[in-house]
Amino acid sequence: ILRILCTVARLLPEKLTVYTTLVGLLNARNYNFGGEFVEAMIRQLKECLKVNMYNEAVHLVRFLSDLVNCHVIAAPSMVAMFENFVSVTQEEDVPQVRCDWYIFAFLSSLPWVGKELYEKKDAEMDRLLSQTESYLKRRQKIHVPMLQVWTADKPHPQEEYLDCLWSQIQKLKKDRWQERHILRPYLAFDSILCEALQHNLPPFTPPPHTEDSVYPMPRVIFRMFDYTDDPEGPVMPGSHSVERFVIEENLHCIIKSHWKERKTCAAQLLSYPGNNKIPLNYHIVELAQATEMLYMRLDTMNTTCVDRFINWFSHHLSNFQFRWSWEDWSDCLTQDLEKPKPKFVREVLEKCMRLSYHQRIIDIVPASFSVLSPANPVCIYKYGDENNRSLPGYTVALCLTIAIKNKAGNDEIFSILKDVPNPNQDDDDDEGFTFNPLKIEVFVQTLLHLAAKSFSHSFSALAKFHEVFKTLAESDEGKLHVLRVVYEVWKNHPQMIAVLVDKMIRTQIVDCAAVANWIFSSELAHDFTRFYIWEILHSTIRKMNKHVLKIHKELEDTKARLARQHKRRDSDDDDRSSDREDGPLEEQIERLQEKVESAQSEQKNLFLVIFQRFIMLLTEHLVRCETGGIDVFTPWYKSCIERLQQIFLQHHQIIQQYMVTFENLLFTAELDHHILAVFQQFCALQA
Amino acid sequence: MCSGGTLSILRSDSYVDLSQYRDQHFRGTRYDQERLLRKSCTLYVGNLSFYTTEEQIHELFGKSGDIKKIIMGLDKVKKTACGFCFVEYYARGDAENAMRYINGTRLDDRIIRTDWDAGFKEGRQYGRGRSGGQVRDEYRQDYDAGRGGYGKTVQCQ
Repeated sequence: ILRILCTVARLLPEKLTVYTTLVGLLNARNYNFGGEFVEAMIRQLKECLKVNMYNEAVHLVRFLSDLVNCHVIAAPSMVAMFENFVSVTQEEDVPQVRCDWYIFAFLSSLPWVGKELYEKKDAEMDRLLSQTESYLKRRQKIHVPMLQVWTADKPHPQEEYLDCLWSQIQKLKKDRWQERHILRPYLAFDSILCEALQHNLPPFTPPPHTEDSVYPMPRVIFRMFDYTDDPEGPVMPGSHSVERFVIEENLHCIIKSHWKERKTCAAQLLSYPGNNKIPLNYHIVELAQATEMLYMRLDTMNTTCVDRFINWFSHHLSNFQFRWSWEDWSDCLTQDLEKPKPKFVREVLEKCMRLSYHQRIIDIVPASFSVLSPANPVCIYKYGDENNRSLPGYTVALCLTIAIKNKAGNDEIFSILKDVPNPNQDDDDDEGFTFNPLKIEVFVQTLLHLAAKSFSHSFSALAKFHEVFKTLAESDEGKLHVLRVVYEVWKNHPQMIAVLVDKMIRTQIVDCAAVANWIFSSELAHDFTRFYIWEILHSTIRKMNKHVLKIHKELEDTKARLARQHKRRDSDDDDRSSDREDGPLEEQIERLQEKVESAQSEQKNLFLVIFQRFIMLLTEHLVRCETGGIDVFTPWYKSCIERLQQIFLQHHQIIQQYMVTFENLLFTAELDHHILAVFQQFCALQA
Repeated sequence: MCSGGTLSILRSDSYVDLSQYRDQHFRGTRYDQERLLRKSCTLYVGNLSFYTTEEQIHELFGKSGDIKKIIMGLDKVKKTACGFCFVEYYARGDAENAMRYINGTRLDDRIIRTDWDAGFKEGRQYGRGRSGGQVRDEYRQDYDAGRGGYGKTVQCQ
């Protein structure tokens, strides 16, 4: 029972007061049980903090504080624990995020227990609150711009999470700690509970900061609705009311507890206790309203958030026969196509097409929206147009087509291609692996055209002629040119480009750095702000990351095998073949070690390329604006700087590993402050 | 007091559990099949329209992770799509998320069904119905425009 209750305290925080009441009643019956439970909770709390499980630790702290309300824990000892928490802000040379967590754990427990603690120990509590206030005033908030969903403060400012919580607690104190939302079953059992003997919490010293400590990153509170949004229903608690905090916490907890069971999760959300007193159904279920509100605020919405909105909305539509009142959004038709609203609609329609087919999209939008409709995803084969007869390589293309249709193999293809002249004749390099863009063009165009029928056809083509691809794309320029030709053939079908690039990386026809360079190349500048480009880039980075992890795991597994071998030998006490047996495994470990280092070097290089290209692009824009005297903040610039932020945020763990390199090589003080600010915001997330 | 009770709620993952279906053509014991199903990265996808394309399947199932391969189910005689496919992921976790969030939702306006598959083997891409399509299309009585109209038996009447 003790074990179950400890687990529930950690994992079912939305039912916290139910279980604290139960513990209270058990304690009233059996004082020793209460003592054991409190000790077990403290042990669990220490464990969580040691292994960086900070979210669960907050639940435990809240549980403990509610146990004060259930007469299990004496109020003064809880205050003493909070005193130790707040004193973390006095520690020197520790990351701000460490102090942040302890303050958060203290403040976020007060909706439950503030009243009781203040009644028993008001002087101490006042002192704690004033220490908290002075900490909050002096802490850095460089990270905030990077985390805000909207760049505008209207209609709702998006506050830094601790600032918001502090305002909520201050209001709670002003209201004399009257909190009206939390269900408190223990009130019904007051007569039993008040007879119980309380325990004192043992003095709790926060575990010291270590190199391995990883604290939660700061957040910005997402606000979309206010009391004006559902005028007919119950009133929405204001953004600085503590009820708002409690409700949002509980809803988050429900989702976190039940994410695997979508029906249960939905049921839990809809049956949230007290849902008739708050406009819950309205805000959870009213998707059309929410969609409309998000659409209206697209102009200042962070690009990554727009991505998610596009993905969600198109997926949603595909489950409802794409029915939508598009005319409601006809304001976007009068705007420049690069502005956020028309851009959003274009991307949504493109995604909708991927889930259906081109004609369907033409049918579902009003005629006025045709300018935003996606292109018909057909392939463009330059050698298929009779007007291009005079193009160099045209006849070779015909030759190739016939050969491939007649089931030619790699050798025959090589011999046909041998006769293709090299426009870069003067650039022959000594090894004979000349980069011949025309060969690449003719081969790739023809093959992709023949295999255009489906993804599977194209994949088979890549597999069958892998040798040709590898040879033609041997050099870096070769790889880049292959990617260029793929784009030329399939620019109407971004989905096909994405799967081809994925396959080519996995079969090592191109490498990740080549893809990164291609994305930033001038040929793609026109598509630079399109969603599919960033899907490709992030997918490429993820493949690189998974590759490193995989080799690392192989290395660890082999090391483990060697360790087991040693252990077996030690217990067998057999020296005879010891060295010989170790040999192959040790060699393997050495090889894998080299592989890991080389993979990590490739990974670091990939990020270097990406960051470098961003810096070049952004600097160019900034210089041009400054010399031209025009405003820096164009839609393109906003998109680009937010894409840079996205690289940091989506791959933060990997980037943290190479921070020193990035700081020394790229993000130096000489950099334009607009660009350097992004780096500094990122550093602030773990500072 | 059942100690499995409360904690099992926390661990519940019913969308990922094995269904009752077992492939009768599987070479091996029931135990072997179930072992493979529990670690499989491959999903069977059913109730597709005959017109649903590999591209559409890739877009939808790609939402839960990187897809390794899609194999379209074919009519054994006509060699055309007959309304099912296999989707293989690189990672088991991605397949699990597809079971949790894509199973029972719509693709091409039809509610599709996903289930664990023990792994593709050559020959399993063909329908096992007598006419060449899937068994379910042999005997069904209803009219389904996306699946060749009436069931085969009905059509032959």
